[in-house]
Amino acid sequence: MKPTKIENPEYFHKVIDCQYACPAHTAVPEYIRLIDNERYEDAYMVNWESNVFPGILGRICDRPCEPACRRGRIDEEPVAICRLKRVAADYKSAIDERMPKIPQEKNGKKIGLIGGGPASLTVARDLMVLGYEVDLYDDQQKAGGFIRTQVPSFRLPEKVLDEEVNRILNFGVNTILGHYVKSLKEIVDKGYDAVFVGTGAPRGRDLPNLPGRELGDKFIHIGIEWLAAVLYRHVEKTGKRVLVLGGGNTAMDCCRTARRLGGDEVKVIVRSPREEMKASPWEIEDAEREDIEIIDNHVPLEFVVENGVLTGMRFDRVEPKYDDNGKRSLVSTGEEPVFIPCDEVLLAVGQQNAYPFIERDIGIEFSDNGLPVIDPVTLQSTLPQVFFGGDAAFGPRNVITAVAHGHEAGLSIHLFCQGQDLHNRPHPMVKMQGQKMGIHDWLYDSHVTEEDRQEVIMVEKVKSIQDRLIEVELGFDHDRGQREAKRCLNCDVQTVFDPATCIECDACVDICPVSCINFTDNADEEPMRAKLIIPAQNRNQALYVSSSLPTGRIMVKDENVCLHCGLCAERCPTSSWEMVKFIYKAPQAGMK
Amino acid sequence: MSYTRPTFRHPEQQRNDKGYFRRDYEGAISTLCAGCGHDSISTAIVQACFEMAVEPHRVAKLSGIGCSSKTPAYFLGKSHGFNSVHGRMPSIATGANMANRDLLYIGVSGDGDTASIGMGQFAHALRRNLNMNYIVMNNGCYGLTKGQDSATADKGSAGKKGTPNPFESIDLCELAIELGASFVARSFSGDKQQLVPLLKAAISHNGLAFLDVISPCVTFNNTATSTKSYQYVREHSEATGTFDFIPLQREILTRYEPGTTQAITMHDGSLLYLEKLEQSFDVTSRRRSVDKLEEAKENGRLLTGVIYVKPDSQDTHDIINTTLRPLNSLDQSDLCPGSEVLAAINENYR
Ligand SMILES: Cc1cc2nc3c(=O)[nH]c(=O)nc-3n(C[C@H](O)[C@H](O)[C@H](O)COP(=O)(O)OP(=O)(O)OC[C@H]3O[C@@H](n4cnc5c(N)ncnc54)[C@H](O)[C@@H]3O)c2cc1C
Ligand SMILES: Cc1ncc(C[n+]2csc(CCOP(=O)(O)OP(=O)(O)O)c2C)c(N)n1
Ligand code: SF4
Ligand code: SF4
Ligand code: SF4
Ligand SMILES: [Mg+2]
Repeated sequence: MKPTKIENPEYFHKVIDCQYACPAHTAVPEYIRLIDNERYEDAYMVNWESNVFPGILGRICDRPCEPACRRGRIDEEPVAICRLKRVAADYKSAIDERMPKIPQEKNGKKIGLIGGGPASLTVARDLMVLGYEVDLYDDQQKAGGFIRTQVPSFRLPEKVLDEEVNRILNFGVNTILGHYVKSLKEIVDKGYDAVFVGTGAPRGRDLPNLPGRELGDKFIHIGIEWLAAVLYRHVEKTGKRVLVLGGGNTAMDCCRTARRLGGDEVKVIVRSPREEMKASPWEIEDAEREDIEIIDNHVPLEFVVENGVLTGMRFDRVEPKYDDNGKRSLVSTGEEPVFIPCDEVLLAVGQQNAYPFIERDIGIEFSDNGLPVIDPVTLQSTLPQVFFGGDAAFGPRNVITAVAHGHEAGLSIHLFCQGQDLHNRPHPMVKMQGQKMGIHDWLYDSHVTEEDRQEVIMVEKVKSIQDRLIEVELGFDHDRGQREAKRCLNCDVQTVFDPATCIECDACVDICPVSCINFTDNADEEPMRAKLIIPAQNRNQALYVSSSLPTGRIMVKDENVCLHCGLCAERCPTSSWEMVKFIYKAPQAGMK
Repeated sequence: MSYTRPTFRHPEQQRNDKGYFRRDYEGAISTLCAGCGHDSISTAIVQACFEMAVEPHRVAKLSGIGCSSKTPAYFLGKSHGFNSVHGRMPSIATGANMANRDLLYIGVSGDGDTASIGMGQFAHALRRNLNMNYIVMNNGCYGLTKGQDSATADKGSAGKKGTPNPFESIDLCELAIELGASFVARSFSGDKQQLVPLLKAAISHNGLAFLDVISPCVTFNNTATSTKSYQYVREHSEATGTFDFIPLQREILTRYEPGTTQAITMHDGSLLYLEKLEQSFDVTSRRRSVDKLEEAKENGRLLTGVIYVKPDSQDTHDIINTTLRPLNSLDQSDLCPGSEVLAAINENYR
């Protein structure tokens, strides 16, 4: 193998599993350390810089970081990264004076944002700071997008949403609310220097061809429309028996909302096996805690309507079958169809993009799947001054992806307005900071606690079921927040090896609790992985390889389960291992 | 601050034949200097015991005084142990071994502990061929008392203080062969590939297995002028050959060429295959082994590996025909077999 190029910023970035997995590359271990030091405002700001909505995301983020978390590979559960984000947001005191100053004098460029969801708001934040003028159009009365109209208040209270959305609007965004943009051409013709389309994926799928659909229409609702209607109090109660069709997060929000509007017997019906449900495991858990039954392997056959009243639904029981290529199909078991009685049905069977306001002749190309053709890096459409992001770009994802798109689009628009090449993007900002203080003293807390993942405190079920406005999770109290913060392994504190000074004494090999350091003869990657003290089977994790040592051997470290405990550096007589904090900031518009 | 070692271990670590994990053989975190060779030897002992599936509660660790003699605290934390006084490890080991012949005895000593103050004890444990592993962690100095030259320091070698040692040095391996040790080997703390199988062979040997392990003292004796530094040892060692230790009941996977290979069946039926560098060398011949040591010395080389083995060796218990059971298992009827037995014995002498 060739020596690892640790100068490449992506090498150590990848070692920070959570930050690497986060679409916005939030500096997770950095903010968790700040929480550990009770510096909540600093912790909040680290988040805010990258993910813009720490209080919101600390409650509802999809958490791609947590399955990636290193701790999950050595302990039973990963660090509760998301809930710690909420700790930072909940415990911070005033942060207004830490906010960037918005230039009084504008830079003369004007941007139009269509849609007021997290993607557009992120573009607004990044560009306002640079002196842009920003107009934001949204058809709702308040900005926020789906996180306002879809995500129920028992998961995300309005107060939290308002605080973070308004912070951006108060930078001086011109809001044109309650205004549905009917024609993109009209906006383009206004002469904006650039236009960003962040209109989401606003259409819920229906099951139009299922028998009884039309007859039972009064009792059958499209999930996302119904959730918005609940928010605006157009819907205030449901029947007692509610069926929710679908296995994603929308289904989970629908069933839990129905439970709060009078649904005593709420069932979620899923076509596929439970293990394949798209909903996050914690959302399924929350639903079940609220007495919601989840029935899998049931394919809907018809709505049963008697005398104009929906009485239930019929389902075919199926089982998953796998062909030689591992492709799954659902095959009927041949049993009698099942009848499940109900008073109402909510359809949460998927979301679609729709661009009725985009004229097909203004230069924006669409591909066969109905999505606009977009450069995946710059997010530019085929009409150069129009950019897409969030769910409107590549189909429905989640808030943190919308934020990441917002940053990329903001950067592209900034380059575009300066007449620069959009593909010539700035590099990430990186810094290395040695952590040594004394023989056993580090600037970070290198101790690895055995503490289990902390349970989050919740409002009593009997109470929360009564009122859809009561937030179910109360978050961590001070003590749990501190205990959870200590579980972080500080994966951003990197082990850096210097082959020039190593005397090959093996002290680091002997002390390493997880046997990741090896001194061995060189080989190709596969045989190397196999011959390590403990074979390196996790191919998502790199091997750190040194140049040749005096004995002709090389140092090979499997990054997979390194605890970042610093014992190798403490034990090394020649300081050939150093613990160095690696700071990585993904590029944003205006970053120097 | 880390005066403790995290308890997490690699999630893919394996159990041995007896169901133990490697961590079941670990001890407390070491307090020795960072980079001390002794720590590597501790790790090698952990590894060897793990691989041999020795049951931790069937081991007794004995030591004298010195940095080396502190190491039993850092391995086999679930085993028995006795840290004795300077140079007295062999007598403690003798007593324990006489009382309970069923345990595995690992004696750890230093070059000071063995070659100076404990020389007399060393000699007698060896000539009695006590069934134990006698490990000297040899750094050529008294590490614990700040690095004075020991009796194994080579003539002319200079440690941190800078004054070359004016005296002749003692070669513990040569002496061990003379004194009657039935298994003699030398290795280097920085070479676990050699050391671990050597320890495994020593564990399966019946009788006294003596291991002289060169173990650099990073703090006082790892200088460019020392012959016990990491660099010097690496540059000057020469193995008697490579070898393979195949524990009993393990399949033999490699083919060994007769002639250059010497196969030795150990007491417990394990096999030791020595792939010799030199055909005429015979590890079971005391004379050839001593010659080989002298020859290497003449060439300025340090001989490592298996140096001498007496496969059919008889340990102290065999020699003095003691009871086959540990003393703690003997009850009243064993110890006072009654007047009839006494009468029979007396009858013998009439
Ligand atoms: C029920 C449900 C629950 C969800 N839960 C989560 C969750 O827990 N965590 C998570 O990360 N994600 C969740 N999501 C997904 C998340 O809401 C979206 O991925 C995210 O909001 C997308 O952001 P965006 O900025 O692209 O667009 P959106 O948030 O969809 O905002 C688009 C806005 O543009 C408006 N708009 C559309 N067309 C026009 C037009 N022509 N003129 C004017 N305005 C227009 C829309 O009304 C909307 O207000 C959930 C989605 C749903 C449906
Ligand atoms: C009876 C007695 N005399 C002297 C000492 C002082 N002393 C302690 S350790 C030591 C030498 C240790 O050298 P060695 O056995 O080589 O161990 P190392 O520290 O080098 O591993 C001496 C002389 C003592 N503890 N007891
Ligand atoms: S920091 Fe060093 S000693 Fe600790 S787990 Fe990582 S490599 Fe091993
Ligand atoms: S402890 Fe230091 S000198 Fe020793 S092998 Fe490890 S890196 Fe090299
Ligand atoms: S003084 Fe020498 S022998 Fe003692 S612990 Fe330190 S390095 Fe090891
Ligand atoms: Mg010594």
